[in-house]
Amino acid sequence: MAIYTLGIDVGSTASKCVILKDGKEIVAKSLIDVGAGTSGPDRAINQVLENAGLKREDMAYILATGYGRNSLEGFADKQMSELSCHARGAYFLFPEVHTVIDIGGQDVKVMHIENGAMVNFQMNDKCAAGTGRFLDVMARVLEVKVGDLGRLGALSTKKVAISSTCTVFAESEVISQLAQATDKCDIINGIHHSVAARVVGLAHRVGVQEMVVMTGGVAQNAGVVQALQEQLGHEVHTSPLTQYVGALGAALFAYQKASR
Amino acid sequence: MAEMEKTAAPAQEAPAAPVKKAPKPVSPGTAALRKVVSDVYAAAWEAKKAGRPVGWSSSKFPCEIAEALDLAVVYPENQAAGIGAQHDGERMCQAAEDMGYDADICGYARISLAYSAGVETTNESRRMPQPDFVLCCNNICNCMTKWYENIARMHNIPLIMIDVPYNNEVTVSDSQVAYIRGQFDDAIKQLEVIAGKKMDPARFEHACECANRTAKAWLKVCDYLQYKPAPMSGFDLFNHMADVVTARGKVETAEAFELLASELEEHVKNGTTTTPFPEQYRIMFEGIPCWPNLKALFKPLKANGVNVTAVVYAPAFGFVYDDLDSMARAYCKAPNSVCIEQGVDWREGICRDNKVDGVLVHYNRSCKPWSGYMAEMQRRFTEDLGIPCAGFDGDQADPRNFNEAQYLTRVQGLVEAMEQNAKNKAAKEG
Repeated sequence: MAIYTLGIDVGSTASKCVILKDGKEIVAKSLIDVGAGTSGPDRAINQVLENAGLKREDMAYILATGYGRNSLEGFADKQMSELSCHARGAYFLFPEVHTVIDIGGQDVKVMHIENGAMVNFQMNDKCAAGTGRFLDVMARVLEVKVGDLGRLGALSTKKVAISSTCTVFAESEVISQLAQATDKCDIINGIHHSVAARVVGLAHRVGVQEMVVMTGGVAQNAGVVQALQEQLGHEVHTSPLTQYVGALGAALFAYQKASR
Repeated sequence: MAEMEKTAAPAQEAPAAPVKKAPKPVSPGTAALRKVVSDVYAAAWEAKKAGRPVGWSSSKFPCEIAEALDLAVVYPENQAAGIGAQHDGERMCQAAEDMGYDADICGYARISLAYSAGVETTNESRRMPQPDFVLCCNNICNCMTKWYENIARMHNIPLIMIDVPYNNEVTVSDSQVAYIRGQFDDAIKQLEVIAGKKMDPARFEHACECANRTAKAWLKVCDYLQYKPAPMSGFDLFNHMADVVTARGKVETAEAFELLASELEEHVKNGTTTTPFPEQYRIMFEGIPCWPNLKALFKPLKANGVNVTAVVYAPAFGFVYDDLDSMARAYCKAPNSVCIEQGVDWREGICRDNKVDGVLVHYNRSCKPWSGYMAEMQRRFTEDLGIPCAGFDGDQADPRNFNEAQYLTRVQGLVEAMEQNAKNKAAKEG
């Protein structure tokens, strides 16, 4: 009889779910663009169950992760940090992984993996500059869609430095560049390099070891991935399932619990 | 900097203190230690009422001198920690910022400067008389220098400064000892004027004996954390630090620590502990606790069976000496005035002796050294000890610099990493 497990990742900006069958096959997933403290988690759970054609009672084990994981106490069987879950999910997708870089809505994490499990990590400190929120703000002031940042940044022909460490001050810097008629694509490329620079510093504190995998929503931005590769000096691998890696890891840990 | 008027700002009444729960019962040793600290504040008020001078001192100014001259001294750092712990730190910090002090300077300093300017605290146990002289030794940090200078200017009172330069080597040179010894001699002369009497060498010798006895007793208490499981929570040590800060030179302090040590000995014999949860993991907590957020700090540690069994304050206050020169040498060894190699060595030593599974590093916004060198410390711990280390942002006194959700994620990550590390080690050994 199949064992179904549900992994729920309630982030700051999005709620993601994955249902796994026998710890191997992703049978359904869902993503709602709002996260902790909203209707997002409930809607994501309902949608993934509907997509799978299953009910809550069919789940052998439910594990929650992410910033809003504790709001699911009573519904989920266990909560784990997104650190371990991203590490586990990345290992499932890339069995050779040793360094995972996750840029989420407001967190940046770098995790060191040994034998498929996280053994050390670093997270962003002091502020959320360089995270998904930072890119949201920049996209808004540049009047482009967040999803287009990667494509536009690739068209850059000139180096532009965005040096402010504060998101709000960086926004002012971008506005000032626009006022000087700097090309948007060059500004976007500068923003990507600024994000990468912050992450690279964090990565070196943990130690970078191949294979390097990037997870989280920002990994969909090819410009950031490219900038990270250049500054890190290592190839950075991503997956089309990048936004679901945390939920996938949670579902995998849930399977481990269910099958004991 | 413009001269400040002698008269402080008009005294501001504190808002009503929050209602406190009834205190939990404590052991005789803990009760004795708490009484020692209360007596320090009481003695200062007594001295003030009797018209005798009262001093404010930095935590590692040689306490033996004032002790030998019967001068009542209180400690702004201990006061600020207590004010922060009783949730009055933010208001006091804001009061200092309203006076023009930058939000980026130490939270203890902001609280103390506000108090010095006449802003009263809701924490009645930490009210103390305004100073007639200030004693500053910058072995613990350089912020002290300007902090105490500000207090002295506010009140137009003597500032007795002992400058301990940062030492980039592991050993303390003879010339450094001579430099500090000269300042000790000068401090004695200045305090004799304030006390209105000459220092009795026998009283000074007695104060040194008491301080040494306290240091040894403190180290003995700290050493009990080497037992597995530990007979106490390392968080208790943070509370007991108040005694080594405020009353090192008093025989009552030594006796109280010795009593606590005997209680811990009993716990070890009986296999019991004062730690309110079964110990599953052991960590070093690096840095000063976030006093306003102790409950939030403790909650996930308790939930995950994580006991703090190593803190750098153990070796930091466990210094002994025979004479004035070796005393000068000992006062050079504060955690923030020694080179990184010495600092790492202390910490890694206690991590090994006290058998820790991981390290939790507090990046303390208030403290430039205790945030500035933390990243390198953390890197060295990871490399040298082979255990997971997690850092979090916080503040010793200003609650605005701590975020509970961020802290919770990092502690949970550390626990998961320690669990995995233990599995990996077992697999290698198995």
